[in-house]
Amino acid sequence: MSRAALVWTRRRRALAGYARAFAGNRGGMAGLAVLVLIALTALSAPLFIDDAALSLTGAEGGRFQPPGPDYPLGTDAFGRSVLDLVVWGTRISLTVGFLAAFVSVALGTLIGVVAGHFGGWTGNVLMRVTDWFAVLPALVMAVALAAVMTRSTLTIIIAIGVTAWPTTARVVRAQTLAVEARPFIERARALGGGHAHVMLRHVLPNVMPVVLAQTTLLVAEAILMEATLAFLGLGDPGTISWGGIIQEARNAGAISSGIWWYMVPPGIAIAVVALSFTMCGRALEGVLNPRLRERP
Amino acid sequence: MKPTRPTNPGAAGEPSADVRETGPPGGGAERPGAAGPGGAAGSAEHYLEVADLSVAYRTAGGEIPAVRGVSFGLEPGSKLGVAGESGCGKSTVALALLRLLPASARISGRVLLEGEDVLAMRWGRLRAVRWAGASIVFQGAMHSLNPVHRIGDQIAEPLLLHDRAGPAQARARVAELLEQVGLPAWRARSYPHELSGGQRQRAMIAMALACRPRLIIADEPTTALDVMIQAQILRLIDELVTDLGISMLMISHDLTVLADTCDRLAVMYAGRIVEEGPADDVFAAARHPYGAALSAAFPRVGDPSSRRAPRGLPGDPPDPAALPSGCAFRPRCPEVQERCAEVDPVLWPAGPRRSAACVRVLSPEQARAAGVPPAPAEEAGTGPAAEGEPRADRDPQAAARPQPQPEEM
Amino acid sequence: MSAPADAPRDTGAPAAPVLGAAGLRVAFAGRAGRGTARAVDGVDLDIGAGEIVALVGESGCGKSTLARALLGLVRPTEGRVVFRGRALGHRPRELKELRRRVQLVLQDPTGALNPRHTVYDAVAEGRRIHSGSTADEQEHVAEALARAGLRPPERFFLRYPHELSGGQRQRVAIAGALVLQPEVIVADEPVASLDASVRGEILQLLLRLRDDYGLAALVVTHDLGLAWNIADRAAVMYLGRVVETGPVEDVLSAPRHPYTRALLSVLPESGSGEPQVLAGEPPDPTRIPGGCRFHVRCPVLASGAAAAAGVAERCRGEEPGMLSGSGAAQVACHWAHAPERV
Repeated sequence: MSRAALVWTRRRRALAGYARAFAGNRGGMAGLAVLVLIALTALSAPLFIDDAALSLTGAEGGRFQPPGPDYPLGTDAFGRSVLDLVVWGTRISLTVGFLAAFVSVALGTLIGVVAGHFGGWTGNVLMRVTDWFAVLPALVMAVALAAVMTRSTLTIIIAIGVTAWPTTARVVRAQTLAVEARPFIERARALGGGHAHVMLRHVLPNVMPVVLAQTTLLVAEAILMEATLAFLGLGDPGTISWGGIIQEARNAGAISSGIWWYMVPPGIAIAVVALSFTMCGRALEGVLNPRLRERP
Repeated sequence: MKPTRPTNPGAAGEPSADVRETGPPGGGAERPGAAGPGGAAGSAEHYLEVADLSVAYRTAGGEIPAVRGVSFGLEPGSKLGVAGESGCGKSTVALALLRLLPASARISGRVLLEGEDVLAMRWGRLRAVRWAGASIVFQGAMHSLNPVHRIGDQIAEPLLLHDRAGPAQARARVAELLEQVGLPAWRARSYPHELSGGQRQRAMIAMALACRPRLIIADEPTTALDVMIQAQILRLIDELVTDLGISMLMISHDLTVLADTCDRLAVMYAGRIVEEGPADDVFAAARHPYGAALSAAFPRVGDPSSRRAPRGLPGDPPDPAALPSGCAFRPRCPEVQERCAEVDPVLWPAGPRRSAACVRVLSPEQARAAGVPPAPAEEAGTGPAAEGEPRADRDPQAAARPQPQPEEM
Repeated sequence: MSAPADAPRDTGAPAAPVLGAAGLRVAFAGRAGRGTARAVDGVDLDIGAGEIVALVGESGCGKSTLARALLGLVRPTEGRVVFRGRALGHRPRELKELRRRVQLVLQDPTGALNPRHTVYDAVAEGRRIHSGSTADEQEHVAEALARAGLRPPERFFLRYPHELSGGQRQRVAIAGALVLQPEVIVADEPVASLDASVRGEILQLLLRLRDDYGLAALVVTHDLGLAWNIADRAAVMYLGRVVETGPVEDVLSAPRHPYTRALLSVLPESGSGEPQVLAGEPPDPTRIPGGCRFHVRCPVLASGAAAAAGVAERCRGEEPGMLSGSGAAQVACHWAHAPERV
C-alpha cells in the first residue's frame, strides 16, 4: 500500500472513531436525523412542487382554506398551499443559514487566529474591534445593513455574516492562545517556521474542532436571524422564506382572525431546524473537544 | 546530608523494614515458601504490614493491574524507600495504604496498621487513622494546599477537628510545627502563593506532622524541587523522622535520593517488588538486572566508568494491560535466559537480608526446590550480582523492538 | 549526511566555535510592579565544532533563556549571538537560516510534538519549511528516523505521538532536528521528563551523533550527572552569569567556585564529604545583589575563609569579571583567585 493510501486509512479510522462517539450522543443523533430529513426535502422540493402552485396568481386553492384533505396545512391569502410554502421555504432558510454561518465563521476564525497569534498591539486592536461588534445589537446592525443595501438574499447573508462573527472570534482567539502556549509551537518556530506556517500548520488544525462546532451552532443562529429579518420585511420579496410567510400572515391579519395554520407551521419549522442544529453542534463539540468529552 | 545510620545490616537494634516473598493471588501452586531473610513472620513488631496487596483499575478496556501482589513490613522508626519508574505502581501502593484511590480501583490483600486492617476499616476510624496513624506528603505542594486559606489555618484544621484542641492550643502547636520544619512562626498567616516551592513543601510536612502520626508516607516529596532545595527538604525529613522516631515510607523515581535517606530499599517493576534489601547494598550492587540498570542510570559524578558512558535500558516499561509471560522484565533484560519465559519469578533470598525476583539469584538446589528449570549449563555457578550491570552499547533499534507492527502494513 | 570536516574531538586544541554568545544580556520587563528581571546578565559562551557543552544551573538561573537566545527565539537586550563567526541579525531571513543549521530539542517530547501530526509529518516539517516538499523527502525522513534510533523507520511513519512511548517521542523530536542536517543541537533538559532507564539511551544517542557526524550540542540541564555522562565542557550558571566553566573533568571533579562545590556536595550518594546545603531560596533575577552575585549565600564568605584570604570586601563590593566563552577552566570568584588562600 502506498503512503497516501495509508494516510487515508488512518484518517478514515479517525473519522470512524468520531462517528462512533457522535452516535453515542442521543440528542446529536436525533438532531442529525431531522436535519437529513429536512435537507432531503429541501433538495427534492422542485420534484413535487411546481412553480405555478407557489405563484400569487397561479394557485388553485381558495383563500384561507383550513387544513383539509386537499391542503394538509390549509391555504394562505392567495390560495397557495401552506405546506408547499413551508417546504419551499426550507430551501432559502438552509441556504442562508449555511452561507451566513460560513461567512461569519470564516471571518471570526481569521480574526481570532490572527489576534491570538500576534497578540500585543495587533491583537489588542483586533479584539477591541471584536468587542465593538459584539456589543453592537446584532439585529439592529443587520436591519440597518439590509435596509441600505438592495433587498436580496445575498444582502441578508452578508448582514448576518458580518454581525455574527464576534462570538467565533473570541472563542477561536481563546483556543489559539491555549494552542500557542504549547511547546510544539516553540518547536515549529525553532525549526524556522514563520507566522503563516505556525498559524496554518499548527494553530488552525488545533482550533478546527472548535470552529466546526461553532459553525453548526451559528447555522441555527443564522436561520433565526434570517427569519427575523424576513419577518421585519427586509427579506427578498421575490423568494419564499419562513420568516417571510409569517410576515405575510401577520399582514393578512392571521392573528386576529384565528388563521393559525398560516403562522404556526413556519414557526415550528424554524424552531425544529434551529434546535436540530444546536443539538448537532453540542454533540459535535463534545466529540471533537476531548476536554468536554471526558466530563461525565 | 547523609543520614546517620548503621552501615552493618546486622547491627543490634537496627530498625528495619523487610519485604517478604509473595506471589500474585491465585498463583500459589508454583510458589516456593521461601521467606525473605530477616523477615519476621509475626506482625507484632511491624507498625505497618502490607500483605499481598493488589490493585487493578477498571477501565473501558477491562481491568488493568497496577499493583500485583506486594508485601512488605515496616518497623517503628525505620525508613523504607520504594523506587521505580512511572507506571510501576509505586504511587498506587502509597495511595492504597490509606485508601485514597479513586473509585475505579479494586483493591485486594491486607494493609495492617498496628494490626488493624486499613482496607476493612469503617470511615470514621479511617479518618482518624489518616490524621494520627499515618499521614501522607505529596509531590505537588501547590496543588495539595488550598490556595484560599492561610497556611496556619490549614495546619490547625486537623488539630481542631481530630485532637479537639482549643484555638489557643492549636495556634501554639502550629507555631511549634512551623519551627520544626524551619519556617518562621509568622508564616502561619501567609497564603500558599506567598511561599516558594521549598517553603510550601515544608508547610506540607508540618501539616503531615500535626497530629503526631507514627508513619509518614512521602510520595515523591522532592521531585519538583531544585537540587539545593531538595537537599534542604531531605535533610529536614531525615532529621524529623529520626528525632520523632516515626517510620517512613518514601516513594521516588530517584534511586539516589532513596539510597541516601532510607534504611531499606524496594525496587518496583510492573506492579511488583523485584528487589529488596539494605539501601546501600541494593544501590551499590543490585541483584536484579532491573535494579542494577536503574542504579546505573544515576551516574556518580567523578566515577570514571560513567564518564561519556550514559547507561540505560533498551525498550520501554511494559504496558500493564499486556504483560509478557514469565518474568515481566524479560523483554528488556540484558541477562535474559530461556527459562525466564516460563517462570514468573517471586522474591527469592539473594544474600543477607536481601531478596530479588530473578531466577539468577537461585542456586541450582534452590531452583530445584522452587520448581524452576535449571540455568543454562555455562551460566551455572556464576554469581549474578556482578553482571547486573547493563551493557552500555546496546543497539538503539532495540528501542523499537517491542512495538507491534501496525496492522495496515 | 556529510559530517562537517572540522569535528576534532579530544584534540586538546580548542575547536573553532560554531555557535556562541558574546556579552549576551536578556532582560524581561517586570510584571505587576516588580523590577526588570535580568534573566541572562552578561554571558560569553562558545560551542566548538563537535563539542558537547553542558549548561548547568538551578531553575531560574537563566539557562533556558540563554538557550533560546542562541536560537534567536528571545531577543537579547545587549550583546550578540555569533554563528560561524558572524553576529546574528534578527531579520526573518537570517533567523530562518540560523534555525536550519541550529536545532532545538525540548524537554517534554509529549508537548513538543503536535498531537495531530503523524511522526512522518513531524519529522518532515523542518525540511518542508526550508526546502519545500521534494521528491526525496521520504528518504530523508527515513534516514533521520533511523539515525535517531527508530528502526525500521517506515514502521513509525504513520504513528501519532500518543501511540509512542516517552523515549520514542523524544527520538522523533530528535529525528525532526536531524532531518535538516544541523551543525549544532541545543537541547533543553532533553531527558528530564523521561524515565531513568530510558534516559541513558537518549544520552547515548546524543553522544553517537557527535561521534559519527560531528554534531555539536549545548545541553541545558540541572543534572550534574548528565553533564558528567556526556559533556566535554561544562558551564555553571548562577543568577544570569556563568560562574565557572571548563572541561567537565575540571569543573565537576575539582570545582573551584563555592557554588559549584555546594551543588556537587548535595548530590545524593555523592560520597564527597559533608554536604554543603545552601540556606534560603534561589535568589531573584529582579534583585541581583551587588558585588559578587553569590556573596549573600556564599558559604566561603560566611565561614570567614574569604576574610582570612583578604577578599571579603571585594566579594561584597566588586563584581568578579565575566568569564570568556571557551578554553580552559575559569572561575568567577575572588576567593578562588586569592593568592593568600590557605
